Amino acid sequence: MGNETLAVQLAGIEKRFPGVIANHDVNLNVRARTIHAIVGENGAGKSTLMKTLYGMHQPEAGTISVFDQPITFRSPSDAIAAGIGMVHQHFMLADNLTVLENIVLGAEPVAGGVIKYDDARRTLQAIMAQSGTHVDLEANVSDLGVGQRQRVEILKVLFRGAKILILDEPTAVLVPQEVEELFGNLRRLVADGATIIFISHKLDEVLTVSDDITVIRAGTTVAEVKPADVTRGQLAELMVGSELPSPHGRTTEVGTEVQLEVKSLTVTGPGHKPLVDDVSFVIRRGEVLGVAGVEGNGQFELCEAILGQVKPSAGSVHIGGADVTGASAHDRLVNGLSYIPFDRHREGLLLEFPLWENTLLGRDANPEFLKGPFIDGAATRADCRDIIEQFDVRTPSEVVPAYALSGGNQQKLLVGRELSSDPQVLIAAHPTRGVDIGAQAAIWDKLRVARDQGLAVLLISADLEELIGLSDNIVVMFDGRINARLTPGDATPELLGTYMTGGLQEVAS
Amino acid sequence: MNTPVSTSAEGMAGFFSRIGRPRSGQSVLVTLASSAAAVVLAMLIGGLVLLVTGKDPVEAFSKMVSSGTQPYKLAEAVQRATPLIIAAVAVAIGFKMNLFNIGVEGQFLMGMFWAGVAGAYVELPPVLHVTFCLLIGIIAGAIWAGIAGLLRVKRGVNEVIATIMLNSIALALIDWLFNDFFRYENPGNLDVRTKPLPTSAWMPTLFTVTSKTDGGGSVSTDVTSFVLIALLVVVAFWLLIYKSQFGFRLRASGGNAVAARTAGISSNRMILTAMLLSGGVAGLAGLPALLGTTHSYGPTRPDGYGFNGIAVALLGRNHPAGIIISALLWGFLDATAGPLQIAKIPQSIILVIKAIILITVVIVNEVVNRKMAKRTADRTAAQLAAPVAVTA
Repeated sequence: MGNETLAVQLAGIEKRFPGVIANHDVNLNVRARTIHAIVGENGAGKSTLMKTLYGMHQPEAGTISVFDQPITFRSPSDAIAAGIGMVHQHFMLADNLTVLENIVLGAEPVAGGVIKYDDARRTLQAIMAQSGTHVDLEANVSDLGVGQRQRVEILKVLFRGAKILILDEPTAVLVPQEVEELFGNLRRLVADGATIIFISHKLDEVLTVSDDITVIRAGTTVAEVKPADVTRGQLAELMVGSELPSPHGRTTEVGTEVQLEVKSLTVTGPGHKPLVDDVSFVIRRGEVLGVAGVEGNGQFELCEAILGQVKPSAGSVHIGGADVTGASAHDRLVNGLSYIPFDRHREGLLLEFPLWENTLLGRDANPEFLKGPFIDGAATRADCRDIIEQFDVRTPSEVVPAYALSGGNQQKLLVGRELSSDPQVLIAAHPTRGVDIGAQAAIWDKLRVARDQGLAVLLISADLEELIGLSDNIVVMFDGRINARLTPGDATPELLGTYMTGGLQEVAS
Repeated sequence: MNTPVSTSAEGMAGFFSRIGRPRSGQSVLVTLASSAAAVVLAMLIGGLVLLVTGKDPVEAFSKMVSSGTQPYKLAEAVQRATPLIIAAVAVAIGFKMNLFNIGVEGQFLMGMFWAGVAGAYVELPPVLHVTFCLLIGIIAGAIWAGIAGLLRVKRGVNEVIATIMLNSIALALIDWLFNDFFRYENPGNLDVRTKPLPTSAWMPTLFTVTSKTDGGGSVSTDVTSFVLIALLVVVAFWLLIYKSQFGFRLRASGGNAVAARTAGISSNRMILTAMLLSGGVAGLAGLPALLGTTHSYGPTRPDGYGFNGIAVALLGRNHPAGIIISALLWGFLDATAGPLQIAKIPQSIILVIKAIILITVVIVNEVVNRKMAKRTADRTAAQLAAPVAVTA
């Protein structure tokens, strides 16, 4: 890097939270007028690092320099004063105000108590012309789409004079065309002298847009690379620290006995077209059927219908050969159905309850846990301890409330609960979403063991690697229908992606 | 899916049930201390109010303590606490299911009225007769609360609104029924009442506490044996909610309705059952007065049990022991109102203190909950990190 100016330099940053180190020995060199990507897994410490840089908390050790000046940030306003702006992942805009009002909010140019909107408008028009980021200043924010809201956020930051922009997972909410537009805007900002710090875990985007990449793993920066020097696979390995744990490989055979059969299932939404449209499939003993699809294409409703939470308007569901279309959710669960839900906090856990009551949820009809009408506390706690041990849930004990555990450990507990009721059929929705790599490997392992023992699994996942690695067969859902059926051998992420966006329709089989 | 329309009132119920629910992992000591802190804070603010209005707060509080701690006044506190314990349990059952039953007031009046009317027209041996009256009270209260439960389940009507409305309807309905059908003609007596209950339906006095007055006479308080039933209700509440499978499902459903539903627990059934249970218990709250002292229903009925029950449940944080302690505190405060009046200190200061306790308990609990949640999370993280050598 030689004698180039560094817009931001972090050296030896350490940030501890009670009992844990969130960041240690973090070193970051962001060259001025570049797009610098920071990549890492969920929980690797990216957010902690960015909060340090934006003055939201103070590091225990290390130094921060901005344009070669050592500096201490006591609060975000110090960071803003130093020319750093943050575009948050979750937009912080007031819906009922106009774009202009939102942008000036908190930094209003005033004269005699009156906001000088005309001045602000002139300034903003200059900024927009220069950066190529255009939004109708008089529009109500409530009328704007996600992409435009993000532009408002960026303008907000530029209006405050930021020269260094931090974008936290900016593409998470955008559709592909908007991503392209955003990248165009970012390049233009850089050409005009801005510096961009771009946080992401989408490797393809990072490789496309950035000039430099810093990889963060387990709380520390482990590598700084140029996009031209690494492949996607190498970058992924840097992120996880070892060869990617592969979900591949099975030595057992898929059985013949059909455990879950869904016939022409249709679920109608409020009003218009069906959410699940004429979906049929079978899953045999020991088989994993993967469902690929962009979220919101009927996967959730499909699961709800199989679980008995919504009534299908047509079609039937069979578990172990028995028609359960009319059975209650409770009866289905008692008769061998298990469910790892889409959203563990919403659908799976009682966050304020101790772990042992969480592992009891849904299994309380089991006579093992009852003494007459009362819960057998000792037996239930012992069972929870077993799950904690078998599924390697990191917790001091079974009496801590569920909210105190990390996401990965919560998920392991949930998977343990669902597999402990000896199910014949498991619906696993994003079983490893938002968990660290260690927990992911552990969960894959447990699923594989259960499958080898004859469990039929319906696997819904956005992680194509997981999907291809674990599934024996894959279907793609688009717009409520199954628009492709593949075997993992034929499925590449690219091909799946095409089906998932409806770009290609397989001839109906 | 028939999800009830979310209203801001629902958010209110959620808020109240949240503050009424100490986080698990929070020690009893912290819970006790935070409630005690709320009470002390309320006393201080109440004292300030007295000071501002030109009264001596020290004199007022010493009067409260000196008069309130006389044996017969302590007995009165127990007597006054009895219906509040029952009403608070009724409210707490609702809170455990994330329901805000504001309608305990109407439910207890319905229970009292129908138990008084029905009990007067049957002849039964002593113990059975009392049991009969209790059952009628429970059924009447449960039906009245059940209406709100049905409205919630079938039509998505928020139970806060439904039970408030049902309170007014209960009052009007009872007045009409009383005036047109059940007024007991008793010539020469201006005190209009329903037909008196036969003595077989009376609850006996458990004990009488007598104190000497300054003038050399004596005053006494009868403590009705209904206090034993109140304690029984608390024990049953504890067993049912905290120990039974049903209670687990109820708490799970109240704690996270979606997760409970996903686990096969029908939230509609839980809502209905919780309302029926809550109303059934509420239906008992008027009976200490009916069966123990007045022995008939009349327009000079007790009131405010429902609303004071909410306060007691909140202060006691829906916990069995907390409810008993809070109800006794409420009873104590009420019992000192008379002596304060005599000492020319406005007894409305009792109301002010009670109101401030409510506000402070809400605030203190919320603050403590947040702090404790953070501490529990941090401590758990620390316990996990401990075995691994932390390298600086």
